[in-house]
Amino acid sequence: MAHGAGGKASRRLIEGLFVPLLCPASSEPLGDAAHLEINGTRIAVTTDSFVVKPLTFPGGSIGELAVNGTVNDLAVSGAKAEVLLCTYVLEAGLNTAILEAEIRAMARAAGKAGVAIVGGDTKVVEHGKADGMYITTTGVGSPLPGVQLAVESVRPGDKVLLSGPIGNHGITILLARGELDLEAELSSDTRSVLPLVEVLARDVGPGIRWMRDPTRGGTATSLNELARDCGLGIVLYGDKVPVCGVVRGACELLGLDPLHIANEGQFLAVVAPEYADVAVNALRQTPGGEEAQIIGEVREQPAGAVLETTPYGGSRIVDMLVGDPLPRIC
Amino acid sequence: MRFVDEFREPELITKTADEIRRLADPQRLYRLMEVCGGHTHAIYRFGLKDILPENIELIHGPGCPVCVLPMGRIDDGLSIANDPQVIFTAFGDMMRVPGTQGSPLEHMARGMDVRIVYSPTDALKLARKNPDRHVMFFAIGFETTAPSTALTLMRAKAEGIPNFSVFSNHVTIIPAIRAILDSPDMRLDAFIGPGHVSTVIGCRPYEWIAKDAGKPIVVSGFEPLDMLQAIVMILRQLNAREARVENQYKRVVPWEGNRSALKAMGEVFQLRPYFEWRGMGFISQSALRLRDGYAEWDSEQRFHIPGVRVTDPKAAQCGEVLKGVLQPHQCKLFGRECTPEHPVGALMVSSEGSCAAYFNYEHRKTASMSLLSPTA
Amino acid sequence: MCLAIPGKIVGISSDNQRSALVEVAGVRRTVDLGLLEDDMPKPGDWVLIHVGFAMSKISEQDALDQMDTLRLLGESEAAMQEVSGYGREDGENRKAS
Repeated sequence: MAHGAGGKASRRLIEGLFVPLLCPASSEPLGDAAHLEINGTRIAVTTDSFVVKPLTFPGGSIGELAVNGTVNDLAVSGAKAEVLLCTYVLEAGLNTAILEAEIRAMARAAGKAGVAIVGGDTKVVEHGKADGMYITTTGVGSPLPGVQLAVESVRPGDKVLLSGPIGNHGITILLARGELDLEAELSSDTRSVLPLVEVLARDVGPGIRWMRDPTRGGTATSLNELARDCGLGIVLYGDKVPVCGVVRGACELLGLDPLHIANEGQFLAVVAPEYADVAVNALRQTPGGEEAQIIGEVREQPAGAVLETTPYGGSRIVDMLVGDPLPRIC
Repeated sequence: MRFVDEFREPELITKTADEIRRLADPQRLYRLMEVCGGHTHAIYRFGLKDILPENIELIHGPGCPVCVLPMGRIDDGLSIANDPQVIFTAFGDMMRVPGTQGSPLEHMARGMDVRIVYSPTDALKLARKNPDRHVMFFAIGFETTAPSTALTLMRAKAEGIPNFSVFSNHVTIIPAIRAILDSPDMRLDAFIGPGHVSTVIGCRPYEWIAKDAGKPIVVSGFEPLDMLQAIVMILRQLNAREARVENQYKRVVPWEGNRSALKAMGEVFQLRPYFEWRGMGFISQSALRLRDGYAEWDSEQRFHIPGVRVTDPKAAQCGEVLKGVLQPHQCKLFGRECTPEHPVGALMVSSEGSCAAYFNYEHRKTASMSLLSPTA
Repeated sequence: MCLAIPGKIVGISSDNQRSALVEVAGVRRTVDLGLLEDDMPKPGDWVLIHVGFAMSKISEQDALDQMDTLRLLGESEAAMQEVSGYGREDGENRKAS
């Protein structure tokens, strides 16, 4: 179903059905987490479901995605994850060794990310459902001081930063499924981006206008959402977007665009131009941020769209994905 | 990436574009058709139109084997896979192409066993692994792809594999080019020839285009420098009033083609008397079906197919866009009823169909884009 | 029909001469050599890959020649203009005399 892939169809489902019925009072653009005030205390909350096939893959497994994914959603909303709740939907007959391995992976990931798992729920469904297991994590966090994210504050001249190379996760999963008979030394990039976000918060603080983690639908989808929500244009410097050799090779071979491929350990940030160099240097000096790049800028045109440019003067619109990226031969 | 990056070198691209600007007579409008969908995709992906002078118009040709596939044939293929014993296999390109009851992906969501394969040999492997199921390979493509299907069928026959068949929708490029040139409202000056089809058929089959129709044709590779160099070669011919077949893609295309590949095709396939091309009507001798010696591996012989003809809505102006009479955005349905998400006509169904490519990569660029300066 | 990528042969299958391991920027796949039987590639050769089949051997020499031709673009024109400039002067002188 195209609706789960993170692109246009997903957005229509959310905006057309869920939001009007469930949160009719809300007029804010959709973000990665909700920031609220309860009795004077500001907190951030988010929830996410994790569905992946195969359950384990080079570089990680569904458990790690479930922890890091929610920690990251909070991080890019400008909050530090404090606690997680986890719910499991398990397929009857799931090998207990597999389940145990996932729980251990989650415990490890939570420890590494500095977040405590404080509760959860488990349900078992009949054999043939749940692809082994589905995990949902809900995270609660505390807003990072000095960070005031607002897509309305994005303006022409702002710079777009990317924390590191794109496409590693999605291509790893594609290869791990084994259907295409391709082999490569590649791992998922799943990790908590909180340490990098905290560095940005410390060094750039109010200069950060917007952040997002480009998961399903890839960098193109996140940037299109940004363009749409701020009503401005995003110009991408095509030759500056970091992509590792293997991801590039796999994408060329299969006719895929790295900009459409999912990531689980990267984030995008829009920063005020006077902070751009400070920001990218701060990231590069932080472990895990060595390949951070300024990949583009905000302009008036093309309003609501993303344009990728080449060093020789060519350009093309980068659209949001419709459904999952599919290999092609034509 | 070797043999790729060299042909994307920005300085050389700029230099070649400058040469094109120097060669293009400002008093003249040059109308060049790139035949192959892969070239259409490359033009948009690399933003080549932005660096060509205004008086060079690139018309997108019919070389998109997914786009020209009639809806009825998709229905036929999917009807075979309604049998739960059958596994439907196809390239990723086919997965979102709609039949009257939905696309293969939509059928998969409703429970059909649909699998993407990268190679026809992967489909054959699936058949070997699943002796209790029947694996049907929905074959598409021009002469670039047909030899691979042919070799796979030869292996299936040699091994006597009983549970594998091919539903052939292979088409051939020359009749399509002929149909374009025969069209009364055709106004083209030259062709950018299909690079990868030519690795199989060579350059000789294009000689009549130069000799009889008097149009230059330069067989071109797919990297920016390849296409730009091909345009240089075309302009030189046009300026000198010549019409010849030239091979720009020498590092890969042999003038005589690939004998083994042609032999395999001849062994397995024969020409259908006629075949319908979506957006272009019936074209004779333009498609391949399996020979009688391969009847056991021919899905059309092993299964009953409805064979119903599905016509496109009259409002869809695919034919005119295909022949270069209209640009994609000039079709009345473009961007409204007809988008990549819900394609109405042939040229929107595949990402390298001209309408889809234009929609995805081009049409939201505003006039201010031409003032965009290249990045430092 | 057109997506074909250059890959390097890194090994020929031992049990089946028609099969080779090909590498593209670190991604490896088994590729069928059945269409190149007339001129079998060997490890180290570069081939064009399409739907898991090697379609053609890539000629490094032709690739280099192409790059040379492109680098000279415009330069041969400039050289020609210089040469023809001399020729004209000569002609004019001859006409005058």
